[in-house]
Amino acid sequence: MIGYILRRIGTSIVILIGVSIFIFGLLHAIYPSPALDVLGARANTALVNAWNKQNGFDQPWIVQYLRYVGNLLRGNLGWSYKLNQSVASLFAEVWQRSAYLSGASLVLSVVIAIPLGVYQAVRRNTIGDYTATSLAFIVYAMPVFFLGLILINVFALDLHWFGFEASQSNSLISIILDVHDMTLPIVTLTLLTIASYSRYMRSSAMDVLAQDYIRVARAKGLPERLVLMRHLLRNASLPMVTLIGLSIPYLLAGNLITETLFNYRGLGLLFYTALGNVDYNVLLAYTLIGAVLTIIGNLVADIALTVADPRIRLA
Amino acid sequence: MATTAGSLPPLDITRAPEGGEVGPIQSGWRLAVREFAQNKLAVLGLAILLFFVLFSFIGPYFYHGNYLTSNLIDTNLPPGAGHPLGTNNQGYDELALLMNGGQAALEVGFFSAAIAIVWGALWGAVSGLAGGMVDAVLMRIVDVFLSIPFLFIVLIVAVRYGASVLSLSLLIGAFSWLVPARLVRGEVLTLKTRDFVSAARVAGSGQSRLIARHLLPNAFGVMIVNVTFQVADAILAIAALGFLGFGLHWPNQDWGDLLSNGVTYIQDGYWWQVYPVGACIVLVVMACNLIGDALRDSLDVRLRRR
Repeated sequence: MIGYILRRIGTSIVILIGVSIFIFGLLHAIYPSPALDVLGARANTALVNAWNKQNGFDQPWIVQYLRYVGNLLRGNLGWSYKLNQSVASLFAEVWQRSAYLSGASLVLSVVIAIPLGVYQAVRRNTIGDYTATSLAFIVYAMPVFFLGLILINVFALDLHWFGFEASQSNSLISIILDVHDMTLPIVTLTLLTIASYSRYMRSSAMDVLAQDYIRVARAKGLPERLVLMRHLLRNASLPMVTLIGLSIPYLLAGNLITETLFNYRGLGLLFYTALGNVDYNVLLAYTLIGAVLTIIGNLVADIALTVADPRIRLA
Repeated sequence: MATTAGSLPPLDITRAPEGGEVGPIQSGWRLAVREFAQNKLAVLGLAILLFFVLFSFIGPYFYHGNYLTSNLIDTNLPPGAGHPLGTNNQGYDELALLMNGGQAALEVGFFSAAIAIVWGALWGAVSGLAGGMVDAVLMRIVDVFLSIPFLFIVLIVAVRYGASVLSLSLLIGAFSWLVPARLVRGEVLTLKTRDFVSAARVAGSGQSRLIARHLLPNAFGVMIVNVTFQVADAILAIAALGFLGFGLHWPNQDWGDLLSNGVTYIQDGYWWQVYPVGACIVLVVMACNLIGDALRDSLDVRLRRR
């Protein structure tokens, strides 16, 4: 098993290098130098060239890449020329908010989707199953922002139960305590994630229900509750580990749109603002962070699965 | 047996005699079509998709609403005579906007799915057939692309170079060939050990002929299923782009843009600027998903009733 994990980590590092070269190369090709942003749009060529030389933007692409990676490893994510602040400090200000939004909705969706999928598989083709399947199917086809809009319209504007804007507070504690304003953003992301997770969970639970060990457990007289808890739930949840790892890019995209819709000042909204400003280093750093999170997510999911599932460990 | 495609007898398992009835031998594709046609949800999905194709591309010939020139007298009119779905803050007719936006959504959806499937299938087939180092390198490249947050890159490039139907299709296509590539590779890995492939090889087929004539046609099932999901994903992606304000430019409209425009007035109760367009996106995406699910079931031999 150690050998497998080491090999898996090795592959991840190779992929990480490939991803960073691709993203850096692409963004570098799109925005070769921030000189005009710093010097002003009407700076003359001589000035631009001098600035490029002074800041190393005249060097070959690969040299700039290596220097960027060197800086990254020392925790320097670059400088935002638009906000005149280091990207690392910008991220440090807001990352907790995004982590809270994404984390809360991810935990909620897993906690709800797993029992829901099991319920649907056990009570297959009943009214409850059909209702849940249809609802999941509709939500699955919804763009994040449309779902959020419906929730805002109904629960914030019509019923006045919750706020239509996310919490604007600077302290994480008061954001967490601000249930009135944080419910809708979290629910939006959660519903969307549940819609896809519960579909997988349902089919995974149906596969497990057809296995011999479930029949054995029932035949030896185990109460149905224990069959479901001990044998079905644990085995059916295994594919969810992989699914969560694989769904990180979608979670990040959902996070971006939800934060924009609810005006929640996290990493997603920062990225959105940077798009409008063409704040090159912020775009580059956040895209890279997204890729790193995806790779780590997949790696952790694979390792967790190896640890949890003895059939894979022995293979 | 003189049974034609149009007059297949309905499947009736319950009344089939013991040991099974000997019927006409039918090709796998015809069985799949019959299976598909008996799935009510799939037919519903196909009907919805067909409706939106007609609505978006033929509709404008019958319904001439204004979606190109601002008309500040008729702004934000509720649905009524002359404007079945009302107007927006520019005085544009919502129904005409929906038709126009539908063209963009469907064009980008199908075009990017076509790019993804062709490129992905070739990539996967070459990778699976070649094996060894080539396979390892090609698949690591797929892994690299799968780890890139796709929406971020699409946004960055669209902001820099502007969004058009062509550029968005290329861009979305460039990031959606990965799943088809993996699927086709898996299919080719099992197909290439089969006897008919060895026979073709012995008969002197080269690698490219093997791929084009023997491997890809047999992997067609997984490809066609995946196309429908790709269309749905692409439509959602351009809707997101439009909503964030980086979508198509005038005179092209996209549904996401319409929706984000309607959001501004949601507090005024102008529901017709939000719900019809939202329903359009959901219906088209749902139709694609329904068709995809049904195709997957009908092409899966194990699930097929004979």
